[in-house]
Amino acid sequence: MFKFFEPNKIFSITSRAPKYVIILFIVVLTIGLIESLILSPEDYKQSHSVRIMYVHVPAAWISLGIFSGITLLSILGYIFKIKNFFLISKSLAPSGFIFNLIALVTGSIWGKPTWGTWWAWDARITSMLILALFYFLYLLAWRIYDNKDQVYKITSIITILGIINVPITKYSVDWWNTLHQPASINILSKSSIHSSMLFPLLIMTAAFALFSLLIFLMKYNTELIKIKNKGLDRL
Amino acid sequence: MYGRKVKLRFIFILSILAIIGLSVYLILKSLEENVVYFQSPSEIKNVAEFDKKKIRVGGMVKKNSVSMNSNEISFIITDFKNEINVIYTGAVPNLFEEGKGVVAEGFVKDRNFFLASKILAKHDENYMPPEVKAALKEK
Repeated sequence: MFKFFEPNKIFSITSRAPKYVIILFIVVLTIGLIESLILSPEDYKQSHSVRIMYVHVPAAWISLGIFSGITLLSILGYIFKIKNFFLISKSLAPSGFIFNLIALVTGSIWGKPTWGTWWAWDARITSMLILALFYFLYLLAWRIYDNKDQVYKITSIITILGIINVPITKYSVDWWNTLHQPASINILSKSSIHSSMLFPLLIMTAAFALFSLLIFLMKYNTELIKIKNKGLDRL
Repeated sequence: MYGRKVKLRFIFILSILAIIGLSVYLILKSLEENVVYFQSPSEIKNVAEFDKKKIRVGGMVKKNSVSMNSNEISFIITDFKNEINVIYTGAVPNLFEEGKGVVAEGFVKDRNFFLASKILAKHDENYMPPEVKAALKEK
């Protein structure tokens, strides 16, 4: 079912999708920004600096999510020999990398007024930096290798090495003493974030996810056009 | 239903993940001392010898322990089992408060005294509007 895709068929969908996604993205982002910057309350302790959270946390989530996604796709692509999965991974990676950098930068800006420092070598922050390095390596590998079979293997190896870091990032705040506070949002237990602040956080996450989807579609279309130009009719 | 090669590749990937995961676990386990960002007052108490290295102590600022004079601030960091006195000269972060988390970076003078060169506020995972906090307090 995955094996013989026709790029033309996929392309007819993915080339039309971006204009709808961009409209949806602008709508959701507008709601998210109004919610998080104006309507949401200030925090009892941090007052207005808590608003950085509405960018910082979704960016971190998305970057971790995309890395998990490209790892899964690379592994499946390797096991079942599906070239298309590698192209999807390649197209997903840039937005994951950008959100990773956004999470690091906003975290730094947030750290100064709350903790009193721009940077701390604690487990959460360091593992997030390592994730950014893996993203960088992954994107670099696509740039420097021309041989397709080689690049599929090398990017798969990079994702497999990098995926070990993802659960470490997630649980670092529970396993060790860190300056970073533990997670406020838990799926299984009650969240320690008030609903009036949780709502804008989720909207902003949706907006960032749509942005990632938009960038993904644009990158993926470029890949499909490249394949078409080479005259290949299947992936 | 899948070919033998597919199964082999699947097992290969699984074993790679298991081996790397295990090695990373063992490395982190042995480096635990360096991975933790700060030590608790209890851990400081149990250390037999202090070297001149800079360390970090973290815990809660004990209630009613903060005292300030001219430019020096002293307070007690507690983990509710043991405590340590901290002396610090300089400005503290905005979120520094009694009953809240704090990390002090500096040198241990003796078992009970800590000379901090930097104070970081550690905040918890609770976020709520001021009104909710006030309502919670009333309860």
